[in-house]
Amino acid sequence: MNRAVLTALVLPFALAACTNNNDDAATTITVSAAASLTDAFTEIGAEFIQQNPGTDIRFNFAGSSTLAEQINSGAPVDVFAAASTTAMNRAADLLEEPELFAVNSLTIAVPRSNPASIETLSDLTNPSITIIVCNAPVPCGEAAHALFEKNELRVTPASLERDVRAVLTKVVADEADAGIIYRTDVGAAGQQIDFIDIPDADNVRTTYPIATTTQAPELAGAFVDYVLSDTGQAVMRKWGFESP
Amino acid sequence: MNKATTPAPRLLIALAILALTFLLLPLIGLLLETPWSSLPALLTSPAAAEALRLSIVTSLFAAFFATLLGVPLAWILARKDFPGRRFIRGIVLLPLVLPPVVGGVTLLTAFGRRGLIGQYFYDWFGVQLPFSTAGVVMAATFVAMPFLVITVEGALRSIDTRYEQAARTLGARPRTVLFRITLPLISASLVAGIVLAWARALGEFGATITFAGNFPGVTQTLPLAVYSALEVSREEAIALSLVLLAVSLTVLVSLRGRFLGSRS
Repeated sequence: MNRAVLTALVLPFALAACTNNNDDAATTITVSAAASLTDAFTEIGAEFIQQNPGTDIRFNFAGSSTLAEQINSGAPVDVFAAASTTAMNRAADLLEEPELFAVNSLTIAVPRSNPASIETLSDLTNPSITIIVCNAPVPCGEAAHALFEKNELRVTPASLERDVRAVLTKVVADEADAGIIYRTDVGAAGQQIDFIDIPDADNVRTTYPIATTTQAPELAGAFVDYVLSDTGQAVMRKWGFESP
Repeated sequence: MNKATTPAPRLLIALAILALTFLLLPLIGLLLETPWSSLPALLTSPAAAEALRLSIVTSLFAAFFATLLGVPLAWILARKDFPGRRFIRGIVLLPLVLPPVVGGVTLLTAFGRRGLIGQYFYDWFGVQLPFSTAGVVMAATFVAMPFLVITVEGALRSIDTRYEQAARTLGARPRTVLFRITLPLISASLVAGIVLAWARALGEFGATITFAGNFPGVTQTLPLAVYSALEVSREEAIALSLVLLAVSLTVLVSLRGRFLGSRS
């Protein structure tokens, strides 16, 4: 084999080696977190970096089941925070023992004008309204399904979205009459949409687990501790989560 | 006929092999992970069959609309000189380079129920394009049409226009020239363009999930089913991917042989 051929074959592996950052003294960690954690974790992350100068956090926000699948496929992730234990368990083989760090519940988001005049949970069974929920494997879809089941509602969604932020976006854009989202997303959407509260007795509660991956550097553990600490929990409450 | 007159530089061969390996490895990976024994069961499940049916129907409609609207556009771009033609060609080709998700967002701003045009559809006729099968066809047409337009425009530019001129001097009306001379002359490229547009429509994902949403039987096409399946069962996702791959490869291989001039 001549030298050009060798170079061509070896080059990609040399490049791949440069991007490998799995050593214990790592100063940058990758945190995969449920889409519903976007605001709370962005704030916690910024505080964590400030208190640990020289470190950095890369966030990867998406539907928890997508994140679990990424970890199973070998994505270089150090911390995984999921919106349900079911989603986290899909990647259990590659994770340390998870700890619960937040509790959330559901609410109904409607466009400002509330075009379908939705007042209560039972209005969602009206077949002429356009309601969107998360896809069933995603925790917010799992929770929405549990909500309908608990209240014995027959709801036919128009679309099954990939994560809770996608549901929110479509309600903000006024493309849907209603969307089932987390209570915590009320803060994220601000004044753009209205919310119909679901009474606690009818609502479902979801718990969020967090864990480091088995290959994670020490800094990952420090981040998990920070989320569980009083300071971290205060930020979580600020964004509407309850402590477990 | 002997095409290999100059020997290929070794570096070139090495890089070509690398390029091919790069393209081939993911396919091999997919084949190796395919759960062959459970494949028939996975592919004949009602959900998979429904997604496949929806994909075929919507992609055929998209290819039809892309042809109906794209051929006239290609003809104008190839034959008429007018100010801003380069700009218009840029607009026409934009969906080729635009991330499909962005395409979906732009479709929402135009045809969503609060969109530029969509609000009138909704207020006057109660028609809501997002979350409907028609929305899937629109998204697919949007991304597929450029493939047809560039293929047909290229063909129109390369054919000998003397046949058309001769027909005109013999008194043929413009429409007769178009249907009896021009279109038959470019038929091979036209078919290639239609098939390419159809294949692109079949594989469409980003614009569809953004504009039309994701619901089994209504808007969940095969690529969306792959994406949804990935969250539950990797095996099912791989099985569905294999179908898309098989269909696309069959189309592209037959196309290359028959329509892109490698007949000899």
